[in-house]
Amino acid sequence: MKIIKAEEVTFEYIRRDEDGNVESFNRALDKVSLDVKEGDFISILGANGSGKSTFAKHLNSILLPTEGTVWIDGMDSKDEEKLLKIRQTAGMVFQNPDNQIIGQVIEEDVAFGPENMGIPTEQIRERVDEALKTIGMLEYSKKSPNRLSGGQKQRVSIAGVLAMHPKCIVLDEPTAMLDPAGRKEVIRALRALNNVEGITIILITHYMEETIYSDKIFVMDKGKIAMEGTPREIFSQVDELIKYKLEVPKITLLAYELRKKGMRIPECILNVKEFTDALSR
Amino acid sequence: MPIITDHLTYSYGGKKKSQTAAVNDISVKIDDGQFIGLIGHTGSGKTTFLQLLAGLVKPDSGTVYIDGEDIFAKDFNLHSIRGKVGIVFQYPEHQLFEETVFKDVCYGPKNLGLDSKETELRAYEALKLVGIEDEVFYQSPFDLSGGQKRRVAIAGVLSMKPRVLILDEPTAGLDPAGRKEILDLIENLCKSQNMTIILVSHSMDDVAEYADRIMVMNNGQIALDGAPGEVFRHREELESFGLSLPQVTDALMKLKDSGIPVRTDAITIDEAVKEIVRVLM
Repeated sequence: MKIIKAEEVTFEYIRRDEDGNVESFNRALDKVSLDVKEGDFISILGANGSGKSTFAKHLNSILLPTEGTVWIDGMDSKDEEKLLKIRQTAGMVFQNPDNQIIGQVIEEDVAFGPENMGIPTEQIRERVDEALKTIGMLEYSKKSPNRLSGGQKQRVSIAGVLAMHPKCIVLDEPTAMLDPAGRKEVIRALRALNNVEGITIILITHYMEETIYSDKIFVMDKGKIAMEGTPREIFSQVDELIKYKLEVPKITLLAYELRKKGMRIPECILNVKEFTDALSR
Repeated sequence: MPIITDHLTYSYGGKKKSQTAAVNDISVKIDDGQFIGLIGHTGSGKTTFLQLLAGLVKPDSGTVYIDGEDIFAKDFNLHSIRGKVGIVFQYPEHQLFEETVFKDVCYGPKNLGLDSKETELRAYEALKLVGIEDEVFYQSPFDLSGGQKRRVAIAGVLSMKPRVLILDEPTAGLDPAGRKEILDLIENLCKSQNMTIILVSHSMDDVAEYADRIMVMNNGQIALDGAPGEVFRHREELESFGLSLPQVTDALMKLKDSGIPVRTDAITIDEAVKEIVRVLM
């Protein structure tokens, strides 16, 4: 079952000057086709301006394709009648937690989504508690979001999406503003949602080491899908990635350099454990 | 132009000051031309410390000496500090506002009261320092790429010719190539202009690679201070502060734990490769 299916998606935007004359013409997405299997953990990598965020915004009808079609759980993203259902199926979390949290109290913030869906009050209570519990923030439900750390705030944002019972969560650089502990916290939460709840995760990030547990990685370049494969397939192509302004995790690079020196070490090491295991054998 | 902080203390909360201090009794000396990496989890006091160094907030007690002058003394002209200590905030490109790149960079020196010839000369030099090409000068700053915008914003601070440059997470949200570009630029300012750099970062890998001295903040105090190889030896302490080790150092420590007698003070990939080759080949 494909939770997301994009077929030849092109997105163009036209910039106009004050008089309404066309000033420039940009193609942010250029015939992007990809499938995401339900229950997968997907990462999307790419340089600034490669089209990642534009693509993400197509996954819950914030943007609509100029050409081509996006299906979200079988629904055409252009189908206005399905808009609410689409947004409920694929929830989004953005980079800056401070721009996404609006409630004065955490449980109010998490209730915002289900309230807008018209869920009966008693069920909202249930959904909010369940979402906060899943993400490990239940004990904070009556507190103000102001005092939370960055990682906790992002988890509240994720809980807000969870309360809408999505099948898929799309996250656009959710860790860019977090410290190392906060980053770990968010990635761990996403992996748990994926493993335990079976929710499809689509993670956009600039941090390579966050993607090593993905089922699949897509690399975008100039509005196109440039590479696609498992983390091991992607990160074994060191030079190719540099061409797309990316890199491999530091540990992968260290192992790669040691291999070049003639050390017997398997190709494409992805984490520190694999590395130490390979060398202490 | 060394910076000395003498028992610097500041707490939020106005007159009541019931909270614990955000900056608590910090006494350090920073020499000319040092490249300092300032790390610490969210809420550890980094930003407040920077604001004190730049004279943006006044301490409750203690003071800051720049060039031997007490910047919080009654007869000190705090305005003059803008030409000495430059501060680049997070996402500095959000502060771009002028019609053209060149005008935007002129804004700082103009406000220092310099004549238009000197202002333009400085703007030109600053833009050259950050590697912005002439043909971009008269474009709108809003038409530039993310990395370019950030460099223009940094030029806006450099045009005031500071001797000390403070940067609060200058690489947040940039792709790996963009991150390297900004860090190389900062390193060049330190080496070729002998500018003192204070870089706040959440990336242990970046500070390990670029800084020659690392200060670790925790609970408003400098908990660790030394060369990268020295600071990153304190694995447990760093983890208890919500920080982590650079991946390379982490790998060496775990190799050592598994019984391979490597030295663990390597910071860069090259150093680690040499050390592992020395022991294992």
